[in-house]
Order: sequence, then C-alpha cells, then structure tokens
Amino acid sequence: MTALAPPATAPGLDHLDALESHALFILREVVAECERPVLLFSGGKDSAVLLHLAAKAFAPQGLPFPVLHVDTGHNFPEVLDFRDRAAARLGARLLVARVQDSIDRGRVADPGALASRNRLQSVTLLDAIAEHGFDAAFGGARRDEDKARAKERVLSFRDEFGQWDPRRQRPELWRLYQGRVNPGEHVRAFPLSDWTELDVWQYVARERLDLPSIYFAHERPVVRRDGMWLAVGEFVQPRDAERVEVREVRFRTVGDATGTGAVLSGARTLEEVVAEVAAATVSERGATRGDDRFSETSMEDRKREGYF
Amino acid sequence: MPVATKDVLRLATVGSVDDGKSTLIGRLLVDTRLVADDHLDAVAAASERRGVGDLDLSFVTDGLRAEREQGITIDVAYRYATTPTRKLVIADCPGHVQYTRNMATGSSTADLALVAVDVAAGLKEQTRRHLVIAALLGVRALVVAVNKMDTVEWSRTAYERVVAEVGALAAVLGAAPVVAVPVSALYGDNVVERSARAPWYEGPTVLEALEASDAGAWERSCGARLPVQWVLRQPGGGRTYAGLVSGEALRVGDAVTLLPAGVETSIRSIRYGGRALDEAAVGIAADVELDDETDAGRGDLIATAPLPRVTRELEATVCWFGDEPLELTGRRLRLKHTSRTTPVRVRAIEGLLDVGSLEVADAEALATNEIGFVRLATAEPLVVDDYREDRVTGGFVLVDEASHATVAAGMVGRPPFATARR
Ligand SMILES: Nc1nc2c(ncn2[C@@H]2O[C@H](COP(=O)(O)OP(=O)(O)O)[C@@H](O)[C@H]2O)c(=O)[nH]1
Ligand SMILES: [Mg+2]
Repeated sequence: MTALAPPATAPGLDHLDALESHALFILREVVAECERPVLLFSGGKDSAVLLHLAAKAFAPQGLPFPVLHVDTGHNFPEVLDFRDRAAARLGARLLVARVQDSIDRGRVADPGALASRNRLQSVTLLDAIAEHGFDAAFGGARRDEDKARAKERVLSFRDEFGQWDPRRQRPELWRLYQGRVNPGEHVRAFPLSDWTELDVWQYVARERLDLPSIYFAHERPVVRRDGMWLAVGEFVQPRDAERVEVREVRFRTVGDATGTGAVLSGARTLEEVVAEVAAATVSERGATRGDDRFSETSMEDRKREGYF
Repeated sequence: MPVATKDVLRLATVGSVDDGKSTLIGRLLVDTRLVADDHLDAVAAASERRGVGDLDLSFVTDGLRAEREQGITIDVAYRYATTPTRKLVIADCPGHVQYTRNMATGSSTADLALVAVDVAAGLKEQTRRHLVIAALLGVRALVVAVNKMDTVEWSRTAYERVVAEVGALAAVLGAAPVVAVPVSALYGDNVVERSARAPWYEGPTVLEALEASDAGAWERSCGARLPVQWVLRQPGGGRTYAGLVSGEALRVGDAVTLLPAGVETSIRSIRYGGRALDEAAVGIAADVELDDETDAGRGDLIATAPLPRVTRELEATVCWFGDEPLELTGRRLRLKHTSRTTPVRVRAIEGLLDVGSLEVADAEALATNEIGFVRLATAEPLVVDDYREDRVTGGFVLVDEASHATVAAGMVGRPPFATARR
C-alpha cells in the first residue's frame, strides 16, 4: 500500500550531492523570482562555497548578479587577495561597501581604531542594499553556527528597516521558496542553511576549492586574550601583561580582524582540516568569535538589526 | 577522516506544548555528545541565570530570547546530528496552536514524526491536530516517546493506555505501524541510555528507533518529474532545462512529455554541475537536453509516464495560516506550485475538517490554523499529481497578493481518512 506521500529525503543520494543540489535549486529559484539579487561575499569559506555553487548553478552562463563585500576595514590581507582572485576568476562584478564610509558619513559612530566593527556592518549592508535596490541577498550563513540562525528560514524576510522578526517568519513549506516582497523590503537567501561546518570542509575537499591561506596551519605571532588566540598585527597590539608568542595556528572563521580568534592547529592540508573539524568538541564561533561570547543572544540581537 | 556517506533521516518533533519535545531533543543531543562543549556551557549558564536548574535541556533548541524567557518554543529549530549509522536532520517544532504554521513548516520536509506525549496528560487535542497535520503532509513514520514516565512511577498501564490511543489514531490516519518508547526526557531514561526503571519494556530506545526506521523507503507510484526552473544556453546554440528531479530517476533516452504543452520527446543528455550523467537520481539539480526543439521555459514540467494531469481546477486540502479567514470573496491570492506562480480563486469551500472527530463539516470560511477542503480555479494551467503520489508536484502554497505573505499550505486531493467519514 502506498499510503501517504513519499519521503522528503531521497534514499541512496550522496549527502554532499543532496546538499549541493538543494543549494543550486535555491540559487536558481531566487534568481528566477526576484528582480535584483546580490551575493554577499566576505572571502570566508562559506561564501567561497556559495560563490562556487552560484557559478555552477548558471554555467555555462556567467553569474546573473553582482557580488557584494561589506568591508570592515579590519581585514586579513590574505582574505582580500582571495576576494579579488575569486571574483576575477569568475568574472564577477565585485561591489565593495565600506564601514569606513558609513563612519565618515556619520551613519554610525566610530568605535575607535582597534575596536570591532562587526556590529556596524549591518548599517553599511542595509545602506548598500537600499542604494542598489536589491530585493534578495544570498548569504553563506548556516543553521549549525548559532542558536538564532538555527531558527531562520532558508528565505528570510526583512522589512523596510532591514529587520528580522523571529516571531513573524513566513511559513516555508516544502521547497516552495517564495521570495516576493514589496518595494523597500528584501529577503535574505541562505542556500547553505542545512550544511554543517564539516559538510563545508568535505565539500571544499571534494571540489578542491581555493581558499584564503589563513584557513590552513601556519606560524604567526599571537596573544592570548579572552580565551582566544588573536593574531598580532595592524589591528591587534599586545596589551600590558600580554606576551606575544609565535604559534602554529589556523583560522576557523574569518571576520573582523580585531575580534576573530585563531585556533592552535597543525592542519596544513584539506584532508587534515576535515579530520580536525570532524573531531572538534568546540563550535566554530565559540572558538573564534569574541563578540558572541559575552551576551546570550548577541547573534539574535544583531540579526534583528539587519546583520548577515 | 572523510566520514563515509550516510543515509539521511529528516525528522520533526510533534505534540502539544509542554509534553517535552524540546527537552527530548536536548537529551538526545547531549547524551550522544553531539552538543559542542561551548554550547553546553552556554545552556548551563542560561539555565542558571533564569533559575531553571543546572541544565534546562530545552535551551539546546529553544535559542531565542523570548523562548527562554517564556519557556516555550516559538519557531522551528534545526539541528544536525551524525550517529554511527545515520545523519539526522532534526526540526524541533512548537506545540502551541497559534504557531501551527511553524509546525507545518518543520514537518513539510520531514520523513518521520517524533511524537512526544505526556503520559499523565494523555493524548491532547493539540497532539491530535499535529498528528493529523503530519499525516496530511505525508509523514508516514511515527516514533512515539511516551514521556514523563517518572511522574507516573513508570506505570506500565499508563504507558499502554497512551500507546493504544496514539496507535488507534495513527491507524485511522494511515500511518505506518507506530514504534512507542516509554521515556523520561528529563532524566534520560530510554532516550539514548537504556533505563532500568521499566524492566517490562523490551523495545528500542528513542535513538535506536530513529536509527532503525525505514522512513526513507517508498514504493514509487508516479514517473520522473522535472519542473523547469531555469533555461541554460549552451555554447553552439543548444538549450538545457534545469530543475530538481522528483518522483523517479530520469535517464538518457527516456521518453518524456513536456507539459502543459503535451509535446512528446526524449532525453538526449543529462548534465549535473557541468558533467554528463546517464541518470539523474531523485533530488539531483540536473539540467537536461531534449531531442526535439521546444519552447520550454520556467514553469513547464518534463515528465515520464504515468503522466501528471494538466488542469485549471484543483480539489485540494489546505491548512490556512492567514490572520484573516479564507473566504470566497476574501483577499486576492496567488498560488505557487513547483516553479509556476499563477493567480487563483477559491471557487468553493467544501468542508472543514474537525481534527478531533475527523468529520467534515460544512463551512463558509476557514479560520487561522483550520484545515479544510477547497475547489480552486487558476488563471494558468497547472501540471499536478495527487499529493500522495508526489510531494513536489502535489504541494502548493497560497500567497497574499498585497503583503506577499504565505497564507496556506495546499495539497492536491483529499486524505482518505476524511472523505470516508463524510
Ligand atoms: N517530570 C518530567 N518533566 C519533563 C520531562 N520532559 C520534559 N519535562 C518538563 O516539561 C516542561 C516542558 O518541556 P519542553 O521540552 O519545553 O516541552 P515542549 O513544549 O514539548 O517542547 C519542562 O518544564 C520540562 O522540564 C520528563 O521526562 N519528566
Ligand atoms: Mg519545545
């Protein structure tokens, strides 16, 4: 007897192919339904995977949307190099929205030279979305990153103030992604919603994707601060009692250089990183993000303001 | 090292508020050591701050500020877990009636419903509603955690009463045979660790039941379906049609019909991410080339026999989520079905399903969170299967033309359990 509908999961399908196919489907669906999409590209591993998937979804044609980097001005040079290299390889139109410009124009207050600009990015991002009239923005966020992200739809509605309201999310049935909005509103689209950090690395290894070199173990001067290893350089100077040490580290995430921690690691190849991530007992953000440690709902609060 | 490919099971928690769904998922993840150390520390800190003990397990999934303040689940939380044999995608759903739309969101992509029932309270109205919605959405497999066994001194009689109640309803709804487990999510009995408190129970733990479920198996009853999402222009002038394969795998050489036009042709080639395939499995975002020139575009469907039907009139089941009632002369709506969106009118409201009695009553309107049967007329033809044959070509949503909010989940056809009682 065939009593009720078939399963949502296809038996026997390789799980990376299933995740990849779902992501390609979302990319195509949003491009078909929305007028002016954009892909948010930070130069980190998730947005690198997203950009690769976008190229696959529309090949042999080029990308049907531009790529937007919200630049905090607190960058790792390896990441900027990678950003430019990746965009050039695909012939993508790269837009850069600078937090510094938002500060200069008085849209946000200057938090000081060595303070994190992570939270300020929301204003720069929303201003860029309004300026270009984007009605859909692809992001590389994953639900396994954070408890607020775990609640978010694949297509996540933003009102005219760019706000996410977790109490009033649109129902999202099956894979019927419904992205139309009224003028001034937009949706965020997250094709990697169901991917875990391990899935991302397995996929990077399978596809042999190029990434910024800081994702792999290397020696660098670091200081221990707030339980994290911070890279000493332009944006992080040792404070009074801190001792600068040279350690073998790599980065698990890439964010504002003032607040993104490195992890001690000897993983120099893709295969070694996959093995390290599979065995990790601390989450990606827990190990590396200063600003998520101090408040219980920091991600939710930032998302309500329009963060990625 | 690269973890071998594992079979994926998508599950949604189902049941009334406070019967212990979130606690059960928290317990499952904590006892399998699938919660990161820093996340567990954060749950412990949040529990202490709110004065709810050392570790409120529901906080593993209840991550919003309002959820923790009120001690409830408002929207679905997704968690990903890998056991030695399986990958689990877990949707922890809310129980309150006003969040039914979120529960439907979480269940619509599930293969299995993990039902929590408070053994002392028995099968509540809201649990019945959830079971009915899960059945309508085609979730066939049920694992029932008869929870809070600690509050009834592990009474076998109390357990068996709940199992009988749920089993009877599941049978009427046409679900697969129910697997029931007596548990205490709070204390961790029979979730991951086998309990010594119920020596009379010899069945699986919740984790074992999830690992053993054959929810992925399915006898196919319709052909291959490829709703065209996007047309890709190939060098040299050819075109390929991109979409996600459903129903059955699609093979090179398959005789296919392009619908709604009715053009008969065959598959010349299949590509996936730039490489050629002989066969595209269900769930693959393939692009295909046809043997004949067609003017296929987004919204069309490529299908093998038995073919879906082409229609502008639908008999359908809807779960209504709009804030205002669904009425014949109500707000303007459009319908999204596969990759096609069309204006739609409600021709008739043919009945309202009483989730308690499963009887169908006459109705003029459907209020928020009510389930009913409607006749719809669409401006453009749709290519549909009955929902019970294919979730992709049988499911649709209704969207409010003014706000663009999604206001209903729709399924082509009627469930047999409701019509039988009319
Ligand atoms: N005594 C007892 N209480 C439980 C058990 N499981 C959950 N609870 C409590 O029931 C309440 C509701 O649990 P929660 O998981 O939020 O329920 P949900 O609304 O179904 O997600 C909380 O106070 C839990 O601590 C159990 O096995 N035994
Ligand atoms: Mg809950």
